[in-house]
Amino acid sequence: MLKSMQTALLCATLLGAALASPAHAETRINALFMAQAAYSEADVRAMTDAFTKANPDVTVNLEFVPYEGLHDKTVLAQGSGGGYDVVLFDVIWPAEYATNKVLVDVTDKITPEMTSGVLPGAWTTVEYDGKRYGMPWILDTKYLFYNKEILEKAGIKAPPKTWAELAEQAKTIKDKGLLATPIAWSWSQAEAAICDYTTLVSAYGGSFIKDGKPVFQTGGGLDALNYMVDSYKSGLTNPNSKEFLEEDVRRIFQNGEAAFALNWTYMYNMANDPKDSKVAGKVGVVPAPGVDGKSTVSAVNGSMGLGVTSTSKHPDEAWKYITFMTSQATQNEYAKLSLPIWATSYDDPAVSKGQEELIAAAKVGLAAMYPRPTTPKYQELSTALQQAVQESLLGQAKPEDALKTAAENSGL
Amino acid sequence: MTSNWLTTRAWFLMLPLLIVMIAIIGWPLVDTVRLSFTDARLVGTEGSFVGFDNYVKILSGTNFQRTLVTTFWFAVLSVALEMVIGVLAALLLNQQFYGRSVLRALMILPWALPTVVNATLWRLIYNPEYGALNAMLMQFGMIEGYRSWLGEPGTALASLIIADCWKNFPLVALIALAALQAVPRDITAASMVDGAGAWSRFRFVIMPYLAGPLMVALVLRTIEAFKVFDIIWVMTRGGPANSTRTLSILVYQEAFSFQRAGSGASLALIVTLLVTVLAVAYAALIRKSAGAS
Amino acid sequence: MERRSLTATILVHLAALVLLVVILAPVVWLFVMSISSTPDLIAKPLHWWPDTVDLSRYGVLLSSVANSAGEAFVASLFNSIKVAGMATVVALIVAVPSAWAVSRTPSVGWSLYAVIATYMLPPVALAVPLYMTLAWAGLLNNVFGLALVYLTILAPFTTWLIKSGFDSIPREIESAATLDGARLDQILRLITLPLAAPVMATAALFAFLLAWDEFFYALLFTSDQRAKTLTVAIADLAGGRVSDYGLIATAGVLAALPPLLVGLFMQRALIAGLTSGGVKG
Repeated sequence: MLKSMQTALLCATLLGAALASPAHAETRINALFMAQAAYSEADVRAMTDAFTKANPDVTVNLEFVPYEGLHDKTVLAQGSGGGYDVVLFDVIWPAEYATNKVLVDVTDKITPEMTSGVLPGAWTTVEYDGKRYGMPWILDTKYLFYNKEILEKAGIKAPPKTWAELAEQAKTIKDKGLLATPIAWSWSQAEAAICDYTTLVSAYGGSFIKDGKPVFQTGGGLDALNYMVDSYKSGLTNPNSKEFLEEDVRRIFQNGEAAFALNWTYMYNMANDPKDSKVAGKVGVVPAPGVDGKSTVSAVNGSMGLGVTSTSKHPDEAWKYITFMTSQATQNEYAKLSLPIWATSYDDPAVSKGQEELIAAAKVGLAAMYPRPTTPKYQELSTALQQAVQESLLGQAKPEDALKTAAENSGL
Repeated sequence: MTSNWLTTRAWFLMLPLLIVMIAIIGWPLVDTVRLSFTDARLVGTEGSFVGFDNYVKILSGTNFQRTLVTTFWFAVLSVALEMVIGVLAALLLNQQFYGRSVLRALMILPWALPTVVNATLWRLIYNPEYGALNAMLMQFGMIEGYRSWLGEPGTALASLIIADCWKNFPLVALIALAALQAVPRDITAASMVDGAGAWSRFRFVIMPYLAGPLMVALVLRTIEAFKVFDIIWVMTRGGPANSTRTLSILVYQEAFSFQRAGSGASLALIVTLLVTVLAVAYAALIRKSAGAS
Repeated sequence: MERRSLTATILVHLAALVLLVVILAPVVWLFVMSISSTPDLIAKPLHWWPDTVDLSRYGVLLSSVANSAGEAFVASLFNSIKVAGMATVVALIVAVPSAWAVSRTPSVGWSLYAVIATYMLPPVALAVPLYMTLAWAGLLNNVFGLALVYLTILAPFTTWLIKSGFDSIPREIESAATLDGARLDQILRLITLPLAAPVMATAALFAFLLAWDEFFYALLFTSDQRAKTLTVAIADLAGGRVSDYGLIATAGVLAALPPLLVGLFMQRALIAGLTSGGVKG
């Protein structure tokens, strides 16, 4: 018995070694993406196929995880030698990844044409401390989507320009009995809630950190949370928003059960697809509203970039793959679920065809993008804020107290 | 054969098990203990020695205390519910009725369902907009409007416990059933002749046969409930407002999301210590009940 | 056999019916969701049976088209079978001699208790160093590496179960055989192991389901189709951009099938072994 056990272990080790070592000359790179919002899995696979056709000596192994797993997977893969070569990263992580040397500094590899061609707002996605840690890929913010048919039935002429107006219009819809709870948000205890909150913070002119200290517990930061709580308590917001992620919001909106919804770019073309959506052709999109005297629109920077990991054994091929994926040609071809990072694409009729409304909203929204705080301790800050948002919504704490506690627990 | 030789032979037979366990469990555990006294981060810094700082910080923090209470309630309520329903189901399955063998075979269904599938299934059932639970209760007129089962702190933990219990009570039932079938028929028959009531028959005739196997099930389930991760990770990730965050989720957050490998390790060891204390207490109970019967 | 009154008989049948519904309803609902079209699933009031039966999702998940979601799913199905199968077989190989040793030589029993005590360790307590060790050995994202880790969960558990099986086999049988001149391996092979077969089947069943069920280590130690198991694939599916509840349900049905079959098939042997009382103490 001992012998068979030894044999089994030996076989295991040998086979393991055989699998781990590169068997052929062609270069194999592993890339990590997310299966959520923005480009669909099918899009990414198609783009990658185009790349490998053009570069037959490189094969790309694709891996998709939910957004919630993206950060942890990337960090964990650092521990091993042969993890991912290319990773997708959110705008909030470069500070942490740079500090912990997860990503390679690619400042020198970026050509002047790239620098001038890509929208300045997109670059903030990959920058930390004056250096660039990858290429922006998904340029995204949260827009206000509305159901044209419901607004029309309620006698509303134009979508709201301010958050106060949004509340009024929602009340009209509610009072007319068109929908019991007209607004849908993604307020689950997750990063999604912070994106909605940040949108409101930008509208109220608030800020997160000043001189290294949290300041969201007063001013615009507090106003933003108060708005969320009021909207929730008044019954204008779908109470289930507190367990929604983006996909739940899309499901509700597509089913015609929300008049207003805050969501990313990708919802526009998906909700307009009659195959899957009951509201196809009735989808309106505008930049998220502003606040009288403080702002005209609001937006959160929800962009993401592609970077080369410091453990990659094929950084050159990895970079080649990234430049292909982020090239204007590739991005223009797949501009339905995520808009290009390239400035001139927005005036390209091939890109805007059939989604003129979205492009118009994007031109305003993308210019107003407000960043979530840049700090290596972002995860802790975000977790503390998520708790504050949920406790306030559930009435377990007053918004000012909840935010004060969050500031204390933020690790800053 | 001398007892010395027997002992040597025993050790030799145990060698494969011990080697595997020391390599894959022993060494990482030692390393975790080392990490727990450092401020090491998951990537980047190796960390330096900080003594008991991590432990002091965790034990005095409200996060740990709140999470401990949540874990305690989850473990106690889900295990208690599983034991009671499991034994009742076993008593039923030991009766004669049409389709008994079919029902006995079906008992394995929930338990064989992978935890992640179970969690996903119940998340769909509890879905606030399109879930089957809301639809069913509404059609029976038991609720006024759709409810957010996993979104309210008042119902989230209870909903998780029900999902966990549904999956695990069949295990208790199968164990108890096997024990029941070992009860000699003539003994129960004799007690019937003696005119013993149903309860006293259960308590004094059947229970002694059940006690041992049930204790085993109780220990296993309690330990598992204290370590619970999967079902909560899939269903709520600890929300809403951290009302379902258990110790394992907290450790994951500390060590992986926040990358504080050092304090994550201390927290993990505190959890380990708690589970150990529980298990030792149970072991003492088992020994006592074994001695009594 | 005891005689029951009519009332008692009716009550027993009613209770059995309730139990049947409790056990079956969620599983059946999972299956119904998997064959319902999306409009049926998001209808209000909910359709409990689809207007049209839609089996297309099974085709989607079981397709072998290269670079598709189906290929990834099938790969994870095979990974789960490989990992759980290997871990179970090796766990039994390791557990049987240890269990017998402890059963017959109680003086080494403390080492088994030490091994069993590891069952109490929350996986999070070992995750970081284990990750480093596997990385060092080149066994990350590898079915053998994952099976090796699972072995440490399964082995203590199966040893414990099998030991209690051996405990109930009287030593006198073995010593009698020894007196007759049988060698140890003969005794084990011809007498003890056959007597302990039912408990070993139980242990194998438990072990396989435990490994099939595991999520946490698989989540941390695997990253792509080469080793990712079904549990992780389903969690990814449910957490990512799949708002098609039916697809999630289909994945659940497919993931549940192998353990359900194993369970139903093994259960006969298991219950027969337990009830026939072949080895009453």
